[in-house]
Amino acid sequence: MGSFMESHNDIILKVSNLSVKFPNQTILDNINFELKRGTTLAIVGPNGAGKTMFFRTLLNLVPYTGRIKWATKVKIGYVPQKLSASDIPISVKEFLSFKNPSNMENSLSSVGLNSKDILNKTLGVLSGGQLQRALIAWAIIDKPDVLLFDEPTTGVDLDSEEAIYKMLSELKKEKEITILLISHDLHIVRDYSDCMLALNRCVTFFGESKQIMDPDLQRIIYGEPVCLYQA
Amino acid sequence: MVLEKMALVGDALSHVALPGLALGILYNFDPLLGGFAFLFASAVIIWHLGRVTRLGFETLVGAMFTLALAIGILLLREDLEALTEALFGDITKVSSLYAIAAVGISIFAILLTRIIYNKLVLGMISEELATSSGVNVARTNLLYLLLVSLVVAIGIKITGTLLVGFLVVVPAAAARNVSSNLLRYSVLSSVFGAISSSSGILLSSYLNLPEQPGPLVVFSGIAIFLITVLVKWASKF
Repeated sequence: MGSFMESHNDIILKVSNLSVKFPNQTILDNINFELKRGTTLAIVGPNGAGKTMFFRTLLNLVPYTGRIKWATKVKIGYVPQKLSASDIPISVKEFLSFKNPSNMENSLSSVGLNSKDILNKTLGVLSGGQLQRALIAWAIIDKPDVLLFDEPTTGVDLDSEEAIYKMLSELKKEKEITILLISHDLHIVRDYSDCMLALNRCVTFFGESKQIMDPDLQRIIYGEPVCLYQA
Repeated sequence: MVLEKMALVGDALSHVALPGLALGILYNFDPLLGGFAFLFASAVIIWHLGRVTRLGFETLVGAMFTLALAIGILLLREDLEALTEALFGDITKVSSLYAIAAVGISIFAILLTRIIYNKLVLGMISEELATSSGVNVARTNLLYLLLVSLVVAIGIKITGTLLVGFLVVVPAAAARNVSSNLLRYSVLSSVFGAISSSSGILLSSYLNLPEQPGPLVVFSGIAIFLITVLVKWASKF
Protein backbone atom coordinates (compact mmCIF):
# COMPACT_ATOMS: atom_id res chain seq x y z
CA MET A 1 0.00 0.00 0.00
CA GLY A 2 1.28 3.47 -0.86
CA SER A 3 1.76 5.81 2.05
CA PHE A 4 2.93 9.33 2.73
CA MET A 5 3.13 9.07 6.43
CA GLU A 6 5.75 9.51 9.10
CA SER A 7 3.88 8.23 12.09
CA HIS A 8 0.45 6.73 12.54
CA ASN A 9 -0.85 9.90 14.23
CA ASP A 10 0.08 11.97 11.19
CA ILE A 11 -2.34 10.19 8.89
CA ILE A 12 -5.24 12.47 8.03
CA LEU A 13 -6.93 10.19 5.47
CA LYS A 14 -6.90 6.46 4.94
CA VAL A 15 -8.80 4.97 2.00
CA SER A 16 -9.20 1.19 1.89
CA ASN A 17 -10.78 -0.97 -0.82
CA LEU A 18 -12.89 1.94 -2.02
CA SER A 19 -15.18 1.16 -4.96
CA VAL A 20 -18.06 3.05 -6.56
CA LYS A 21 -20.28 1.00 -8.82
CA PHE A 22 -23.43 1.94 -10.68
CA PRO A 23 -25.57 -0.57 -12.60
CA ASN A 24 -23.48 -1.82 -15.56
CA GLN A 25 -20.62 0.55 -14.72
CA THR A 26 -17.65 0.57 -12.35
CA ILE A 27 -16.56 4.15 -11.67
CA LEU A 28 -13.88 3.51 -9.05
CA ASP A 29 -12.35 0.14 -8.35
CA ASN A 30 -10.49 -0.87 -5.21
CA ILE A 31 -8.74 2.39 -4.31
CA ASN A 32 -6.21 2.20 -1.44
CA PHE A 33 -3.88 4.86 -0.06
CA GLU A 34 -2.94 6.85 3.04
CA LEU A 35 -2.22 10.55 3.29
CA LYS A 36 -0.10 12.43 5.81
CA ARG A 37 -1.36 15.62 7.43
CA GLY A 38 -0.04 18.75 5.71
CA THR A 39 0.55 17.05 2.36
CA THR A 40 -0.65 18.38 -0.98
CA LEU A 41 -1.97 15.47 -3.03
CA ALA A 42 -2.66 15.92 -6.74
CA ILE A 43 -5.29 13.66 -8.30
CA VAL A 44 -4.45 13.08 -11.96
CA GLY A 45 -5.74 10.91 -14.78
CA PRO A 46 -7.45 11.08 -18.17
CA ASN A 47 -10.96 12.47 -18.69
CA GLY A 48 -13.59 10.14 -17.32
CA ALA A 49 -11.09 8.46 -14.97
CA GLY A 50 -13.33 9.04 -11.95
CA LYS A 51 -11.43 11.96 -10.38
CA THR A 52 -14.45 14.15 -9.64
CA MET A 53 -16.41 11.06 -8.53
CA PHE A 54 -13.54 10.29 -6.16
CA PHE A 55 -13.95 13.73 -4.58
CA ARG A 56 -17.72 13.31 -4.37
CA THR A 57 -17.09 10.00 -2.62
CA LEU A 58 -14.67 11.59 -0.15
CA LEU A 59 -17.40 14.14 0.62
CA ASN A 60 -19.88 11.30 1.16
CA LEU A 61 -22.08 12.47 -1.71
CA VAL A 62 -22.30 9.09 -3.47
CA PRO A 63 -22.79 5.53 -2.17
CA TYR A 64 -19.60 3.46 -2.05
CA THR A 65 -18.14 0.27 -0.68
CA GLY A 66 -14.86 0.06 1.24
CA ARG A 67 -13.65 2.51 3.84
CA ILE A 68 -12.83 6.22 3.97
CA LYS A 69 -11.34 7.13 7.32
CA TRP A 70 -10.61 10.78 8.04
CA ALA A 71 -8.65 11.67 11.20
CA THR A 72 -10.84 12.57 14.18
CA LYS A 73 -12.60 15.97 14.08
CA VAL A 74 -11.28 16.85 10.63
CA LYS A 75 -13.00 19.86 9.07
CA ILE A 76 -13.17 19.75 5.26
CA GLY A 77 -13.46 22.73 2.91
CA TYR A 78 -14.52 22.09 -0.68
CA VAL A 79 -14.04 24.23 -3.78
CA PRO A 80 -16.16 22.95 -6.70
CA GLN A 81 -15.11 23.07 -10.34
CA LYS A 82 -17.95 25.40 -11.30
CA LEU A 83 -20.83 27.35 -9.81
CA SER A 84 -24.25 28.27 -11.17
CA ALA A 85 -23.96 31.77 -9.77
CA SER A 86 -24.37 33.89 -12.90
CA ASP A 87 -28.18 34.08 -12.63
CA ILE A 88 -28.37 34.56 -8.89
CA PRO A 89 -28.08 38.12 -7.54
CA ILE A 90 -25.98 37.19 -4.53
CA SER A 91 -23.19 39.42 -3.27
CA VAL A 92 -19.86 38.08 -2.05
CA LYS A 93 -20.80 39.30 1.43
CA GLU A 94 -24.09 37.36 1.41
CA PHE A 95 -22.36 34.25 0.05
CA LEU A 96 -19.62 34.24 2.71
CA SER A 97 -22.06 35.11 5.50
CA PHE A 98 -23.96 31.87 4.83
CA LYS A 99 -20.97 30.10 6.36
CA ASN A 100 -19.35 32.51 8.79
CA PRO A 101 -20.35 36.19 8.93
CA SER A 102 -17.65 37.06 11.49
CA ASN A 103 -14.53 36.05 9.59
CA MET A 104 -15.14 37.47 6.09
CA GLU A 105 -12.41 40.14 5.99
CA ASN A 106 -9.67 37.79 7.25
CA SER A 107 -10.68 35.07 4.86
CA LEU A 108 -10.71 37.42 1.85
CA SER A 109 -7.34 38.95 2.74
CA SER A 110 -5.86 35.43 3.04
CA VAL A 111 -6.68 34.87 -0.63
CA GLY A 112 -5.43 38.28 -1.74
CA LEU A 113 -8.80 40.00 -2.12
CA ASN A 114 -9.57 43.42 -0.69
CA SER A 115 -12.82 43.14 1.24
CA LYS A 116 -13.69 46.81 0.62
CA ASP A 117 -13.55 46.26 -3.14
CA ILE A 118 -15.22 42.90 -3.35
CA LEU A 119 -17.74 42.34 -0.53
CA ASN A 120 -20.61 44.15 -2.23
CA LYS A 121 -19.94 42.81 -5.71
CA THR A 122 -22.32 40.25 -7.19
CA LEU A 123 -20.77 36.79 -7.38
CA GLY A 124 -21.81 36.43 -11.03
CA VAL A 125 -19.86 39.49 -12.23
CA LEU A 126 -16.48 38.49 -10.74
CA SER A 127 -13.64 37.55 -13.10
CA GLY A 128 -12.59 33.89 -13.21
CA GLY A 129 -9.62 34.56 -10.91
CA GLN A 130 -11.68 36.61 -8.43
CA LEU A 131 -14.42 33.97 -8.32
CA GLN A 132 -11.90 31.21 -7.61
CA ARG A 133 -10.36 33.28 -4.82
CA ALA A 134 -13.81 34.02 -3.40
CA LEU A 135 -14.56 30.29 -3.46
CA ILE A 136 -11.29 29.54 -1.68
CA ALA A 137 -12.17 32.26 0.85
CA TRP A 138 -15.49 30.43 1.36
CA ALA A 139 -13.66 27.14 1.82
CA ILE A 140 -11.18 28.48 4.40
CA ILE A 141 -13.56 30.79 6.30
CA ASP A 142 -14.25 28.25 9.05
CA LYS A 143 -10.60 27.19 9.31
CA PRO A 144 -10.67 23.72 7.73
CA ASP A 145 -7.96 21.07 8.17
CA VAL A 146 -8.38 19.79 4.63
CA LEU A 147 -9.18 21.53 1.36
CA LEU A 148 -10.53 19.71 -1.68
CA PHE A 149 -10.10 21.51 -5.01
CA ASP A 150 -11.70 20.22 -8.18
CA GLU A 151 -9.60 21.80 -10.95
CA PRO A 152 -9.33 25.09 -9.07
CA THR A 153 -8.21 27.17 -12.06
CA THR A 154 -10.69 26.11 -14.74
CA GLY A 155 -11.54 29.20 -16.80
CA VAL A 156 -8.80 31.28 -15.19
CA ASP A 157 -6.08 33.01 -17.25
CA LEU A 158 -2.47 31.82 -16.93
CA ASP A 159 -1.25 34.67 -14.72
CA SER A 160 -4.13 34.25 -12.29
CA GLU A 161 -3.63 30.49 -12.34
CA GLU A 162 -0.02 30.82 -11.20
CA ALA A 163 -1.04 33.38 -8.56
CA ILE A 164 -3.78 31.10 -7.21
CA TYR A 165 -1.40 28.15 -6.82
CA LYS A 166 1.22 30.35 -5.14
CA MET A 167 -1.48 31.59 -2.78
CA LEU A 168 -2.51 27.99 -2.05
CA SER A 169 1.11 27.11 -1.22
CA GLU A 170 1.33 30.03 1.19
CA LEU A 171 -2.01 29.13 2.77
CA LYS A 172 -0.81 25.60 3.27
CA LYS A 173 2.37 26.75 5.03
CA GLU A 174 0.59 29.40 7.08
CA LYS A 175 -2.40 27.34 8.20
CA GLU A 176 -0.95 23.79 7.96
CA ILE A 177 -3.76 22.66 5.68
CA THR A 178 -3.81 19.34 3.84
CA ILE A 179 -4.76 19.90 0.21
CA LEU A 180 -6.22 17.48 -2.30
CA LEU A 181 -6.51 18.90 -5.80
CA ILE A 182 -7.57 17.59 -9.17
CA SER A 183 -5.44 18.94 -12.01
CA HIS A 184 -4.74 18.26 -15.68
CA ASP A 185 -1.67 20.53 -15.70
CA LEU A 186 1.51 18.48 -15.30
CA HIS A 187 3.62 21.51 -14.36
CA ILE A 188 1.18 22.49 -11.63
CA VAL A 189 1.26 18.92 -10.31
CA ARG A 190 5.08 18.93 -10.27
CA ASP A 191 5.51 22.40 -8.77
CA TYR A 192 2.66 22.64 -6.27
CA SER A 193 1.98 19.15 -4.94
CA ASP A 194 4.01 16.70 -2.87
CA CYS A 195 2.53 13.47 -4.09
CA MET A 196 0.08 12.32 -6.71
CA LEU A 197 -2.61 9.72 -7.04
CA ALA A 198 -3.20 8.70 -10.66
CA LEU A 199 -6.66 7.32 -11.30
CA ASN A 200 -8.08 5.56 -14.31
CA ARG A 201 -11.01 3.84 -12.63
CA CYS A 202 -8.37 2.15 -10.45
CA VAL A 203 -5.09 3.52 -9.06
CA THR A 204 -2.43 3.52 -11.82
CA PHE A 205 0.23 5.32 -9.80
CA PHE A 206 0.74 6.67 -6.29
CA GLY A 207 4.01 8.39 -5.48
CA GLU A 208 6.03 11.58 -5.59
CA SER A 209 4.74 14.33 -7.87
CA LYS A 210 8.11 15.15 -9.42
CA GLN A 211 7.93 11.84 -11.28
CA ILE A 212 5.01 13.16 -13.37
CA MET A 213 7.49 14.43 -16.00
CA ASP A 214 8.72 10.90 -16.74
CA PRO A 215 7.34 10.03 -20.23
CA ASP A 216 7.04 6.33 -19.34
CA LEU A 217 4.94 7.20 -16.29
CA GLN A 218 2.81 9.59 -18.35
CA ARG A 219 2.04 6.70 -20.74
CA ILE A 220 0.93 4.63 -17.77
CA ILE A 221 -1.19 7.43 -16.30
CA TYR A 222 -2.85 8.61 -19.49
CA GLY A 223 -2.78 5.42 -21.55
CA GLU A 224 -4.52 2.09 -21.05
CA PRO A 225 -4.95 1.52 -17.30
CA VAL A 226 -2.44 -0.69 -15.53
CA CYS A 227 -3.97 -1.00 -12.10
CA LEU A 228 -2.08 -1.11 -8.84
CA TYR A 229 -3.61 -2.64 -5.73
CA GLN A 230 -5.80 -5.06 -7.67
CA ALA A 231 -7.81 -7.33 -5.43
CA MET B 1 -38.42 29.79 -9.32
CA VAL B 2 -36.82 32.50 -11.46
CA LEU B 3 -33.39 31.94 -9.86
CA GLU B 4 -33.71 28.18 -10.27
CA LYS B 5 -34.44 28.78 -13.99
CA MET B 6 -37.79 27.14 -13.30
CA ALA B 7 -40.12 30.03 -14.09
CA LEU B 8 -42.31 27.82 -16.26
CA VAL B 9 -42.41 25.22 -13.50
CA GLY B 10 -44.04 27.78 -11.20
CA ASP B 11 -46.55 28.59 -13.89
CA ALA B 12 -47.32 25.00 -14.83
CA LEU B 13 -47.59 23.89 -11.20
CA SER B 14 -50.48 26.31 -10.72
CA HIS B 15 -52.60 24.39 -13.27
CA VAL B 16 -52.20 21.20 -11.27
CA ALA B 17 -54.81 22.55 -8.83
CA LEU B 18 -57.60 22.33 -11.42
CA PRO B 19 -58.87 18.77 -10.72
CA GLY B 20 -58.98 19.57 -6.97
CA LEU B 21 -60.99 22.73 -7.65
CA ALA B 22 -63.30 20.72 -9.90
CA LEU B 23 -63.90 18.06 -7.25
CA GLY B 24 -64.71 20.78 -4.70
CA ILE B 25 -67.24 22.35 -7.07
CA LEU B 26 -68.81 18.97 -7.96
CA TYR B 27 -69.06 17.63 -4.42
CA ASN B 28 -69.86 20.89 -2.60
CA PHE B 29 -66.76 21.39 -0.47
CA ASP B 30 -64.43 24.38 -0.60
CA PRO B 31 -62.72 24.08 -4.02
CA LEU B 32 -59.60 25.65 -2.56
CA LEU B 33 -59.14 22.70 -0.22
CA GLY B 34 -59.25 20.41 -3.26
CA GLY B 35 -56.76 22.69 -5.01
CA PHE B 36 -54.44 22.61 -1.99
CA ALA B 37 -54.62 18.82 -1.79
CA PHE B 38 -53.81 18.36 -5.48
CA LEU B 39 -50.96 20.87 -5.41
CA PHE B 40 -49.37 19.28 -2.34
CA ALA B 41 -49.77 15.73 -3.62
CA SER B 42 -48.36 16.75 -7.01
CA ALA B 43 -45.38 18.49 -5.39
CA VAL B 44 -44.53 15.35 -3.42
CA ILE B 45 -44.98 13.08 -6.48
CA ILE B 46 -42.86 15.38 -8.66
CA TRP B 47 -40.12 15.55 -6.02
CA HIS B 48 -40.09 11.77 -5.62
CA LEU B 49 -40.13 11.11 -9.39
CA GLY B 50 -37.28 13.62 -9.77
CA ARG B 51 -35.17 11.67 -7.29
CA VAL B 52 -35.95 8.31 -8.88
CA THR B 53 -35.67 9.28 -12.58
CA ARG B 54 -33.20 12.22 -12.32
CA LEU B 55 -35.48 14.04 -14.80
CA GLY B 56 -35.69 17.83 -14.35
CA PHE B 57 -38.58 19.36 -12.42
CA GLU B 58 -39.71 21.19 -15.56
CA THR B 59 -40.23 17.89 -17.42
CA LEU B 60 -42.14 16.26 -14.59
CA VAL B 61 -44.28 19.33 -13.87
CA GLY B 62 -45.01 19.57 -17.63
CA ALA B 63 -46.36 16.01 -17.63
CA MET B 64 -48.28 16.49 -14.38
CA PHE B 65 -49.89 19.78 -15.36
CA THR B 66 -51.22 18.56 -18.71
CA LEU B 67 -52.67 15.49 -16.98
CA ALA B 68 -54.27 17.70 -14.30
CA LEU B 69 -55.66 20.10 -16.90
CA ALA B 70 -57.15 17.20 -18.87
CA ILE B 71 -58.78 15.72 -15.73
CA GLY B 72 -60.07 19.14 -14.60
CA ILE B 73 -61.64 19.96 -17.98
CA LEU B 74 -63.23 16.51 -18.13
CA LEU B 75 -64.70 16.87 -14.62
CA LEU B 76 -66.10 20.34 -15.27
CA ARG B 77 -67.19 19.86 -18.89
CA GLU B 78 -70.86 20.34 -18.02
CA ASP B 79 -70.39 23.33 -15.71
CA LEU B 80 -68.74 25.95 -17.87
CA GLU B 81 -69.33 28.73 -15.36
CA ALA B 82 -67.45 26.83 -12.65
CA LEU B 83 -64.68 25.97 -15.12
CA THR B 84 -64.33 29.64 -16.04
CA GLU B 85 -64.16 30.60 -12.35
CA ALA B 86 -61.49 27.96 -11.67
CA LEU B 87 -59.45 29.01 -14.69
CA PHE B 88 -59.74 32.79 -14.30
CA GLY B 89 -60.64 33.35 -10.62
CA ASP B 90 -63.23 35.73 -9.21
CA ILE B 91 -62.18 38.19 -6.54
CA THR B 92 -65.80 39.13 -5.79
CA LYS B 93 -66.23 35.70 -4.19
CA VAL B 94 -63.30 36.14 -1.76
CA SER B 95 -64.74 36.20 1.78
CA SER B 96 -63.28 38.04 4.79
CA LEU B 97 -62.48 34.69 6.38
CA TYR B 98 -60.57 33.63 3.25
CA ALA B 99 -58.67 36.93 3.22
CA ILE B 100 -57.64 36.45 6.88
CA ALA B 101 -56.63 32.83 6.22
CA ALA B 102 -54.61 33.95 3.17
CA VAL B 103 -52.72 36.50 5.27
CA GLY B 104 -52.00 33.87 7.96
CA ILE B 105 -50.80 31.34 5.38
CA SER B 106 -48.65 33.99 3.70
CA ILE B 107 -46.96 34.85 7.00
CA PHE B 108 -46.31 31.15 7.62
CA ALA B 109 -44.85 30.80 4.10
CA ILE B 110 -42.58 33.81 4.63
CA LEU B 111 -41.30 32.45 7.97
CA LEU B 112 -40.64 29.00 6.54
CA THR B 113 -38.88 30.52 3.54
CA ARG B 114 -36.68 32.50 5.91
CA ILE B 115 -35.66 29.27 7.68
CA ILE B 116 -34.63 27.41 4.52
CA TYR B 117 -33.48 30.46 2.56
CA ASN B 118 -29.71 30.08 2.95
CA LYS B 119 -29.82 26.35 2.29
CA LEU B 120 -32.02 26.87 -0.75
CA VAL B 121 -29.76 29.51 -2.29
CA LEU B 122 -26.64 27.45 -1.56
CA GLY B 123 -28.23 24.46 -3.29
CA MET B 124 -28.99 26.64 -6.33
CA ILE B 125 -25.38 27.82 -6.49
CA SER B 126 -23.89 24.33 -6.22
CA GLU B 127 -25.46 21.11 -5.00
CA GLU B 128 -22.03 19.75 -4.03
CA LEU B 129 -21.14 22.91 -2.13
CA ALA B 130 -24.45 22.76 -0.26
CA THR B 131 -24.19 19.05 0.55
CA SER B 132 -20.58 19.36 1.67
CA SER B 133 -21.73 22.16 4.00
CA GLY B 134 -24.26 19.86 5.66
CA VAL B 135 -27.36 20.89 3.68
CA ASN B 136 -29.90 18.17 2.88
CA VAL B 137 -30.61 19.40 -0.66
CA ALA B 138 -33.39 16.88 -1.40
CA ARG B 139 -35.34 17.80 1.76
CA THR B 140 -34.86 21.52 1.12
CA ASN B 141 -36.14 21.12 -2.45
CA LEU B 142 -39.24 19.29 -1.20
CA LEU B 143 -40.02 22.04 1.32
CA TYR B 144 -39.47 24.58 -1.44
CA LEU B 145 -41.92 22.85 -3.81
CA LEU B 146 -44.51 22.64 -1.02
CA LEU B 147 -44.06 26.34 -0.33
CA VAL B 148 -44.55 27.20 -3.99
CA SER B 149 -47.71 25.06 -3.96
CA LEU B 150 -48.96 26.93 -0.91
CA VAL B 151 -48.35 30.35 -2.44
CA VAL B 152 -49.94 29.28 -5.73
CA ALA B 153 -53.03 27.93 -3.92
CA ILE B 154 -53.56 31.26 -2.13
CA GLY B 155 -53.45 33.20 -5.40
CA ILE B 156 -55.84 30.94 -7.31
CA LYS B 157 -58.99 32.57 -5.90
CA ILE B 158 -57.91 35.95 -7.24
CA THR B 159 -56.36 35.25 -10.61
CA GLY B 160 -57.50 31.67 -11.32
CA THR B 161 -55.26 28.71 -12.14
CA LEU B 162 -54.36 30.02 -15.59
CA LEU B 163 -52.87 33.30 -14.41
CA VAL B 164 -51.63 32.61 -10.88
CA GLY B 165 -48.29 31.46 -12.26
CA PHE B 166 -47.76 35.12 -13.07
CA LEU B 167 -47.48 35.93 -9.37
CA VAL B 168 -44.71 33.35 -8.94
CA VAL B 169 -42.75 34.40 -11.99
CA VAL B 170 -43.09 38.00 -13.20
CA PRO B 171 -42.51 40.08 -10.02
CA ALA B 172 -39.39 37.98 -9.30
CA ALA B 173 -38.15 38.37 -12.88
CA ALA B 174 -38.66 42.15 -12.66
CA ALA B 175 -36.77 42.24 -9.35
CA ARG B 176 -33.93 40.20 -10.86
CA ASN B 177 -33.48 42.86 -13.56
CA VAL B 178 -32.62 45.53 -10.99
CA SER B 179 -30.97 43.57 -8.15
CA SER B 180 -27.32 43.01 -7.34
CA ASN B 181 -27.86 41.21 -4.05
CA LEU B 182 -30.33 38.82 -2.46
CA LEU B 183 -31.77 41.29 0.05
CA ARG B 184 -32.76 43.77 -2.65
CA TYR B 185 -34.06 40.93 -4.82
CA SER B 186 -36.30 39.55 -2.04
CA VAL B 187 -37.68 42.95 -1.06
CA LEU B 188 -38.33 44.08 -4.64
CA SER B 189 -40.00 40.76 -5.58
CA SER B 190 -42.51 41.23 -2.75
CA VAL B 191 -43.04 44.93 -3.50
CA PHE B 192 -43.58 44.32 -7.23
CA GLY B 193 -46.00 41.47 -6.47
CA ALA B 194 -48.00 43.67 -4.09
CA ILE B 195 -48.07 46.62 -6.51
CA SER B 196 -49.15 44.39 -9.42
CA SER B 197 -51.96 42.79 -7.41
CA SER B 198 -53.33 45.95 -5.83
CA SER B 199 -53.08 48.11 -8.94
CA GLY B 200 -54.69 45.33 -11.05
CA ILE B 201 -57.60 45.06 -8.60
CA LEU B 202 -58.06 48.84 -8.44
CA LEU B 203 -57.86 49.06 -12.22
CA SER B 204 -60.52 46.36 -12.65
CA SER B 205 -62.82 48.32 -10.34
CA TYR B 206 -62.11 51.57 -12.22
CA LEU B 207 -62.81 49.90 -15.58
CA ASN B 208 -66.00 48.25 -14.24
CA LEU B 209 -64.56 44.74 -14.53
CA PRO B 210 -64.69 43.78 -10.83
CA GLU B 211 -65.02 40.03 -11.46
CA GLN B 212 -62.04 39.95 -13.83
CA PRO B 213 -58.99 41.38 -12.00
CA GLY B 214 -56.67 38.54 -13.09
CA PRO B 215 -55.75 39.85 -16.55
CA LEU B 216 -55.36 43.40 -15.19
CA VAL B 217 -53.07 42.13 -12.40
CA VAL B 218 -50.99 40.52 -15.14
CA PHE B 219 -50.95 43.72 -17.23
CA SER B 220 -49.79 45.76 -14.22
CA GLY B 221 -47.02 43.27 -13.49
CA ILE B 222 -45.86 43.17 -17.09
CA ALA B 223 -45.73 47.00 -17.09
CA ILE B 224 -43.45 46.87 -14.03
CA PHE B 225 -41.34 44.20 -15.72
CA LEU B 226 -40.94 46.36 -18.85
CA ILE B 227 -39.93 49.36 -16.73
CA THR B 228 -37.21 47.25 -15.04
CA VAL B 229 -35.99 46.12 -18.48
CA LEU B 230 -35.65 49.80 -19.45
CA VAL B 231 -33.83 50.57 -16.18
CA LYS B 232 -31.43 47.70 -16.77
CA TRP B 233 -30.88 48.74 -20.36
CA ALA B 234 -30.29 52.38 -19.35
CA SER B 235 -27.80 51.34 -16.65
CA LYS B 236 -25.48 49.96 -19.34
CA PHE B 237 -24.85 53.45 -20.71
